[in-house]
Amino acid sequence: MTTTDTRSQSTTSTLRLQVNGREHELALDHRTSLLDALREHLGLTGSKKGCDHGQCGACTVLLDGRRVNACLILAVTAVGREITTVEGLADGEDLHPVQQAFIDRDAFQCGYCTPGQICSAVGVLAEARSGWPSAVTPPEGGVQLDEAEVRERMSGNLCRCGAYANIVPAVLDAAAAELPAPGIETAYHEGESR
Amino acid sequence: MKPFAYAVAEAPVQAVHQLSARPGAKFLGGGTNLVDLMRLGVESPELLVDVTRLELDRIEPTATGGILVGAGVRNSDLAADPRIRAAYPMLSQALLSGASGQLRNMATVGGNLLQRTRCVYFQDVTKPCNKREPGTGCPARTGAHRDLAILGASEHCIATHPSDFAVALAALDARVQITGPAGDRALALADLYRAPDEDPSRDTVLDPADLITAVEIPTSREAHRNSLYRKARDRASYAFAVGSVAAGLSLAPDGTISEVRIALGAVAHKPWRARRAESALTGNPATPEQFRRAAELELAAAEPLPDNAFKVELSQNLIVAALSTLAGVEEA
Repeated sequence: MTTTDTRSQSTTSTLRLQVNGREHELALDHRTSLLDALREHLGLTGSKKGCDHGQCGACTVLLDGRRVNACLILAVTAVGREITTVEGLADGEDLHPVQQAFIDRDAFQCGYCTPGQICSAVGVLAEARSGWPSAVTPPEGGVQLDEAEVRERMSGNLCRCGAYANIVPAVLDAAAAELPAPGIETAYHEGESR
Repeated sequence: MKPFAYAVAEAPVQAVHQLSARPGAKFLGGGTNLVDLMRLGVESPELLVDVTRLELDRIEPTATGGILVGAGVRNSDLAADPRIRAAYPMLSQALLSGASGQLRNMATVGGNLLQRTRCVYFQDVTKPCNKREPGTGCPARTGAHRDLAILGASEHCIATHPSDFAVALAALDARVQITGPAGDRALALADLYRAPDEDPSRDTVLDPADLITAVEIPTSREAHRNSLYRKARDRASYAFAVGSVAAGLSLAPDGTISEVRIALGAVAHKPWRARRAESALTGNPATPEQFRRAAELELAAAEPLPDNAFKVELSQNLIVAALSTLAGVEEA
């Protein structure tokens, strides 16, 4: 839990964050974004700082399985949530299927946006499994990921190298290769992850 | 960013009390706008009261057949809700047309309604802005105003409200439930937002300690089910609207319009309910010519500036296109 001064005067808190399955205790200034907590305090530099305004997606991580912009989340608000960064996706030496698909498809050039692209794609696949529509999903029928769907769903991740032509096929490969897996918990408010 | 205290609210009344007791305090929802504004120096609260752990995250039917959406529901959950998609398509489409997948996972219903304008002068603390610093002036009139208001603006401010969601809620006659220092109350969404008039610093009629706790969506009717949201923007996805329309239509057996609902986005300080167009259309045939005439009537009140004059025709075209689609007729 967060240790917060009861008179709400303190501008720092001692808190515990669950990151990639491990618990960390940190003393943080409230201004610290989740992104800065990960990068500067925990040494997890996979998540990147691009714009720091929620416009580029380079900082994308998973919070209770949902993709979010870590730059706009204050670390103190992430207490009790399960945080997954790009460092936490692989299973030992076995890459996550999305990571493997990015390599197979050469879906990057400079690589700066790649961790955010990959975390976002993991979120996209979970959202699609849960039947979440996008702006281009037809009203009737379920979600079928195709190029238009992936481009729309991944629009929150910018790539200044313009590697989209390979990112889209990589995400589609990962979607096609998916083993049956649970969707994200849509009724998160009724679960234990509050 | 200036240092600030942080507290987690455990009940709406407690959250309101915390804000009443500290004039420099603000509620924190998803943070997608507030944290950014703090980083830009536009906002500098002394205390953030986190309202995301309140029990305000349910989507449930009301006794009268409508739907009550908790203010803490994330935009993505509401957009994906099967009841919303079936009964109020314009609402789901408006949400899905806004921001990115990541931001929709963070942004709350209450925060979406209370987000601030994206006018570049408001967001740049080195520039004058009557909304940010009353009395300093509005450089937008003679500066960058391409994205700004054409309806209901004042000489003091031509900001637009950036929400897509609120435009659909305006068309649906949604109501907002509020817990405030004086107790609970409810407001029509149309009465929540204000025109800039003499005091553009206030976007809404709310007291700073008023907490939006829920949005009430009325019982679904044909003009809610036969509805859509159409958004024009500078790129295909992940951009604010330069113009948008939420529209719903129902036809009588003889083909005339029995009910029509139209609200415009990105044209005013608030979601712009097109009441003139609606009354001009009701009872008349559902033809592209009628839609065009009504759209022109609604936009007759527009007072565009040189660089946003295109929004007049754009908004008219959006109305005609949306209603033509809903009526199943070819556009004129």
